Amino acid sequence: MSEWLHPALIYLAGAVVLPLVSHERARAGLLLAVPLLAALPLLLQTYGTYGQFTFLGETLTAFRLDRLSFVFALVFSLAAFLAALYAWHVKDRVQQVATLAYCGSAIGAALAGDLITLFVWWEGTAIASVFLIWARRTEGAYHTGMRYLIIQVGSGVILLAGVAIHYRETGSLAFTAFSLENVGAWLILLSFGIKCAFPLLHNWLQDAYPAATVTGTVVLSAFTTKLAVYALARGFAGTEFLVPIGATMTLFPIFYAVIENDLRRVLTYSLNNQLGFMVVGVGIGTELAINGAAAHAFSHILYKALLFMSVGAVLFRTGTAKGSELGGLYKTMPLTMVFCVIGAASISAFPLFSGFISKSMILSAVAKDGYLITWLILLFASAGVFHHSGIKIPYFAFFAHDSGKRPAEAPWNMLLAMGITAFLCIAIGVYPQALYSILPYDVTYEPYTTTHVITQFQLLWFSALAFGTLMLTGIYPPELRSKNLDTDWTYRRLAPAIVGFSIRFITTVWDELVRGTMIALKAAIAGLFALFGPGGSVSKPFPTGMMVLWMAIILGAVMALNLLDFG
Amino acid sequence: MTIFEAVHQHAPMLTVLVPMLSAPIIMLFGNRQAAFAIALTASTTSFLLSLQMLLLVAQGGVISYHIGGWAPPLGIEYRIDAANAFVLIIVSSISTVVLPYARRSIADEVAARHHTLFYACYMLCFTGLLGVTATGDAFNVFVFLEISSLSTYVLVALGAKQDRRALSAAYDYLILGTIGATFFVIGLGMLYMATGSLNMVHIAQVLAEGESNRTVRSAFTFIVVGMALKFAMYPLHRWLPGAYTYAPSAVSAFLAATATKVAIYVVLRFIFSVFGIAEEFERNTVQYIMMPLAVVAMFAGSLMATFSLNAKTLLAYSSISQIGYMLLGITLLNSTGLTAGMVHLFNHALTKGALFLAVGAIIYRTGSALVPHMAGLGRQMPWTSASIVIGGLSLIGAPATAGFVSKWVLMQAAFEAGMWPIAVFVVLSSVIAVVYVWRLVEVLYLQPAPEGRSVSEVPMTMLVPIWALALASIWFGIDADFTVQASRTAAEALLAGGFGGEDATIMGTRGRP
Repeated sequence: MSEWLHPALIYLAGAVVLPLVSHERARAGLLLAVPLLAALPLLLQTYGTYGQFTFLGETLTAFRLDRLSFVFALVFSLAAFLAALYAWHVKDRVQQVATLAYCGSAIGAALAGDLITLFVWWEGTAIASVFLIWARRTEGAYHTGMRYLIIQVGSGVILLAGVAIHYRETGSLAFTAFSLENVGAWLILLSFGIKCAFPLLHNWLQDAYPAATVTGTVVLSAFTTKLAVYALARGFAGTEFLVPIGATMTLFPIFYAVIENDLRRVLTYSLNNQLGFMVVGVGIGTELAINGAAAHAFSHILYKALLFMSVGAVLFRTGTAKGSELGGLYKTMPLTMVFCVIGAASISAFPLFSGFISKSMILSAVAKDGYLITWLILLFASAGVFHHSGIKIPYFAFFAHDSGKRPAEAPWNMLLAMGITAFLCIAIGVYPQALYSILPYDVTYEPYTTTHVITQFQLLWFSALAFGTLMLTGIYPPELRSKNLDTDWTYRRLAPAIVGFSIRFITTVWDELVRGTMIALKAAIAGLFALFGPGGSVSKPFPTGMMVLWMAIILGAVMALNLLDFG
Repeated sequence: MTIFEAVHQHAPMLTVLVPMLSAPIIMLFGNRQAAFAIALTASTTSFLLSLQMLLLVAQGGVISYHIGGWAPPLGIEYRIDAANAFVLIIVSSISTVVLPYARRSIADEVAARHHTLFYACYMLCFTGLLGVTATGDAFNVFVFLEISSLSTYVLVALGAKQDRRALSAAYDYLILGTIGATFFVIGLGMLYMATGSLNMVHIAQVLAEGESNRTVRSAFTFIVVGMALKFAMYPLHRWLPGAYTYAPSAVSAFLAATATKVAIYVVLRFIFSVFGIAEEFERNTVQYIMMPLAVVAMFAGSLMATFSLNAKTLLAYSSISQIGYMLLGITLLNSTGLTAGMVHLFNHALTKGALFLAVGAIIYRTGSALVPHMAGLGRQMPWTSASIVIGGLSLIGAPATAGFVSKWVLMQAAFEAGMWPIAVFVVLSSVIAVVYVWRLVEVLYLQPAPEGRSVSEVPMTMLVPIWALALASIWFGIDADFTVQASRTAAEALLAGGFGGEDATIMGTRGRP
């Protein structure tokens, strides 16, 4: 097989050809065929490096297939196929091309063997994905997309700066484990951290993902952040301070998710929280932990896609994804409800579902290395996940108070995509050995031990009990129409006063900071305009005599420097 | 001796002579169809001859051509090494690509009675630029510089049919250019006083033997400052935005891609080959005056471009910041830096050439160069708009474009010199480039076309030159080995001092009785 038969290039070729196809069904078919075609070189090629070429005297590797990159490239291909099936009904060429280019870029980045290739695909994911947000074609989506693009491209620019310095210091462009000895490696870590939505670098995630189209969010949820997890696992496995970072990530989105009304935004918060588990795994860096992170990324992509698909189907049929406006949909969308519950069970790590067999690997790795506090935090976060994703999403969408909406069941292609994904979620949970056998390291791990199962059930039942009690006593924060923070009295009764206060405090400070920055920015731009704009003091067409004066000044300066013998 | 051998023997002179003679011939014919044919033939001939010479010296040799068989230092010598062969290629290839485009564009933008005059002046300007580059005689540089400058003033003024402000822009340029040229010739006079020679190689030898004195230092000052005006070093750039904005589009493209590049080459030649960079005072000038101004240019140029209303002004200001990058590479005074400067000379010529041609195409169809008037052209003129995106990406320095290669080498040079803040400046100023390029992209693609305007794509004779340059800026971003290698050879030839070493291949004497 030719060594240039690169999966990402197949995607790009598809993206180029697709807009030329005028027949709608043929386009959707192409969208579906490309991930299958592109999976072939992935499955048939043996581990090794292919597609090497020289650039500016350095040998670059476009296609490195080893066990770590294989897992991610495989699940990316799978996600691309499922998303394409889910989007069968979409006729918008912009979205179709963006989907192909985006999936291809993510796979290309996962297979990149050097930092330059990585950078090119890294920026590719940024640029391609923003069109999935812009495809909504609203003013708000435009601005959201712009913010998203600036942050994503910024991550790429930081990556490039880091690569340049790293190259200068070490003379190597290889994409392998970095040691945090020079500024370059730190910058590379920062750029990975932005894409991985580290705490304080995470805002783009909750800002952008819920703003995309129905199908766009499904696509977005699979790639960018998991690519960052892959990059971290490749470059920074065993970097100890990633453990507390990851633990923080599992924790703080929970509170936001509980009070959030937009169900797609709730899912985005829980996405952020799930990433935390993977980052913890990467930070521990043992073979078991890296396996855990990879396995969790694999199963996470599937069940998170499933959840976004089911909420997306609701949004598609009812036109809203707000908890306050939904409810009682199980009567007319029973299949979607079942799939949603399967996704919820998976993310909550019910035994026999995919989340259980991957998350318990990370938890075991944490326990094995004696990170007691981290272990407790992850346990608490697991309960939180069950709470806001496992119960809240299906409950408010399909049960709760009857909203009176009687939408039709989701279209067949959505049901089929959800069905396949749901099947995979259960299959992985029931027969984890299939997934374990392709993980980066050979580790024998048995998820279904008595302790694991009992611990998990305790966690789940108590969490459910808490939810049930709160609902019955009416204390649970009702799904409000807006996320207006003036209604803080509700969640003050729920959470300790301190939580409400700190959220309000942080939000206020954040808003003020943003406002202040905007004012400063506007003032700065106005100042720059006054200087450099047309007619500004630097660029206005000053008289020729002025230029002659400048000539004299420069001549004088050079002359003085030359004749007076300084230094 | 066959005709081929004769052409081969006299290639250095013919490169300049053919376009020079074509100018009076054009005027004699006085017919604009003939004028175009003659100009295109002459330009292509020069390009082929330059290509042949580049292949001869690409591995580091040097050609010395004695005009009329008179040996230097008394006779006039043309001396070609890797550095100027590279610049000759830039000038002649851009001219050959621009001419076919110019035919239609000029028909639209210049009054019909001036068409033959346009081709004659264009060829004179072309001659001047080639002559400045090819010659090894210091006074010859001045003569050719004046040939190119005087014809440039006329070319800029020809834009008056579109906008009367072309006249004042040309006048401004005339005054300032003349002052620059005067500075240069004063410097040459002082050099002649100090060394008694006008041959660059000979001057370099005499200077290397003797002590440096105040005459030499003053000569250096006048030459560098005079040429700094010619290549629009910030803040001596004032003539450039006006001239590039109001000149006919083909002229803007040609000048932006070649004229400033040649002036930079002259400075390089004088700093490295004639004066030799060993002297303390030269290093001082380069590091304490030129380097800071280069950094300021990178930012000020980009910012002014960001706020420009006219797309041609925007590109002109962007040129000022790009010249800053070239100058910055040169002022790092190491081999990699000089390579960065040379390679950006080439890459920027391609990129800016493509962009000016594309904006010219928009003017050809819509009659306006104002950015707000370009709304929605992404759908109505898809090919032209796409080439602007490619050119813009290259200006920013996006990977897989020529601009990326330049900036990558420049950053490596900055690290090599141990000046990492310089690398930070390069990145930061590139971010501003993102802003002004995005302004164009947004207007072209994201804003709806105004009601009632329906324009179509420009004809093939204009599209092909635009895309030739746009594709070249992608090609040289992916396959950078050729440009970087040629630039490195040129940079090392310059850093070695002298003018291409002692053992030159002597040409031009054979065939004389």
